[in-house]
Amino acid sequence: MDRQSISVTELNNIIKGLLEQEPILSNVCVRGELSNYKIYPSGHHYFTLKDSESSLRCVMFKSSASKLRFRPENGMGVTVYGRVAVYPRDGAYQLYCSAIMPEGTGDLQVAFEQLKAQLASEGLFESSHKKALPQFPNRIAIITSSAGAAVHDMIRILGHRWPMAQVVLLPVRVQGVEAPPEIVGAIRYANEFNVADLIITGRGGGSIEDLWAFNDERVARAIYESRLPVISAVGHEPDVTIADYVADRRASTPSNAAEIAVPDQRDIRDALDSYSIRADQAIRKKLLSLSERLESYKNKRVITDPSAHIDNRRIELDHARDRLTAAEERNLSRCRQSFVALTAALDAMSPLRVLSRGYAIAEKEDGSTVKSVDMLSAGDSLRLQLWDGSAQCRVSSVSKRPEK
Amino acid sequence: MAVKKLSFEQSLSRLDEIVRHLEKGDLPLSESLALYEEGTGLIKQCSNMLDEAEQKVVKLKKGPDREPIEFPFEDET
Repeated sequence: MDRQSISVTELNNIIKGLLEQEPILSNVCVRGELSNYKIYPSGHHYFTLKDSESSLRCVMFKSSASKLRFRPENGMGVTVYGRVAVYPRDGAYQLYCSAIMPEGTGDLQVAFEQLKAQLASEGLFESSHKKALPQFPNRIAIITSSAGAAVHDMIRILGHRWPMAQVVLLPVRVQGVEAPPEIVGAIRYANEFNVADLIITGRGGGSIEDLWAFNDERVARAIYESRLPVISAVGHEPDVTIADYVADRRASTPSNAAEIAVPDQRDIRDALDSYSIRADQAIRKKLLSLSERLESYKNKRVITDPSAHIDNRRIELDHARDRLTAAEERNLSRCRQSFVALTAALDAMSPLRVLSRGYAIAEKEDGSTVKSVDMLSAGDSLRLQLWDGSAQCRVSSVSKRPEK
Repeated sequence: MAVKKLSFEQSLSRLDEIVRHLEKGDLPLSESLALYEEGTGLIKQCSNMLDEAEQKVVKLKKGPDREPIEFPFEDET
C-alpha cells in the first residue's frame, strides 16, 4: 500500500540496465526467418526475425545495412549478428543487427543471383541488344591486369592467329574494391576515345571473391552501355559472372576470348588457296569450253567445204522447181477435164439438139414463140423453125383440146 | 592491278564475288580474264598482308588532357 511508485521511464531504464549488462546479449547470433522487412528512406532496415513459435524485432542501421551484399527478402532463412537492447520509448527490446548472413548459401552467391535476376528483368541480357563482333578487328582493347598470365596468353594467341590486329592494353586492377570503378572507367574511356573496335575484359581464374569485380553491377552496366562490342573473359570454364551475361559474347577463359576475337590466319590462308583453285578452275573451264566450240565449228562442212554447201542448196532448188512443175501440170489437167464436162452439159441443153430430134418451134410474125393455141387464129402467118432451116405457113383452123 | 587499296575484309568479299562470277561461266572471255586477273591480284595482296603482318602491342595511358597516349608494353610478370 505504502509502496513507493516509480515512473514508466524509470522502470524501462531498470530493465534496459539489466539487459545491457548481460554479456550474452551484447553479441548474439540468432537463426530465424525474415519477415516484415522494410527499408526506410533514412536507410535503416526494420524487420522481424521469427521461427515457428516466437518473433523478435530487429533493426539494422544504415551504416551496417549498406554493407549487405544481397537484398534481404521476407521468408529468407538467415543468421543475424548483433546485440539485444531496449528501446525505452516503446518499452520493447530489439536486436540491433550488425550483419545478416543468408542461411545455407554464401551471401556472395545470393547477391549474384539477385543481381542477375534484377538485371535480367531490366533487359540487360537481351540477345537483341548484343552487338556483332567485327570479323577482322583492326584494334583490340584488352581491359585487364597488365600483370598475370591472362594478358600474356591473350596477346600470344592473338599474335599467333591474327597478327594484323593491334593490341591496345588498358591496365586495370581486377580485384579488390578499386577494381569495379577502374574496369568501368576503362570501358567508358575505350568508347570515348574509340581506341579499338572490340573490347576484351576479364581476368584469369580465382576464387569467387577474386572474380567478384565482374559480378559488380557498375561493371555490368558499363558493359551494357558500351558502343564497342565486348567479349567477357573471366576465370575458367565453369565460372560464370554477371559480366558474361551482359557481354556481347562470353568466352570461357581469356585464351578462349582471343580465339573468339580474331580469325585464325591458317583458316584464312586456306580460304585464299581455295579461292585461287576455284578461280583457276573456272577460267580453265571457260577456255576449254571456248576451244571446244571453236573445234566444233572447224568440223562443220560449211567451213571445211563451202562449195558443197552451195551445191546442196542448188539441188534443193532443183527439187523444188520439179515439184512446182508437177503441181502446175496436175492443176492444168484438172481444168481441162472440167471444161469438157461443162461443154457436154451445155451441149445437151442446146435447143438445136432438141430440134434435131424432129421438134419445131412456131413463131408468130412479131417473133414471139407460140406456146398455146390461144395465141393463134385462123389465117395467122407462122414461121416454123426446124433444126436445119425454116418454113412460112398459114393457120387454116384452130382447135383446142378440151380440158380434163 | 588493284587500283584502290581495299581492307582485308573488303578484299575477301570482293574475291568471293569474283570467284562466284567466274564459276557461273556466262561472261565473255575478255571480262572473265579481267576478273581472273583482279582475283589473283587480291589473293596475292591478302597473302602479302598476312605474311608481312607483325603484331603490335601498346599500353594506353591517359595524357594530360585525358587523351590516350601509347606506350610500349613490357612484360610485367
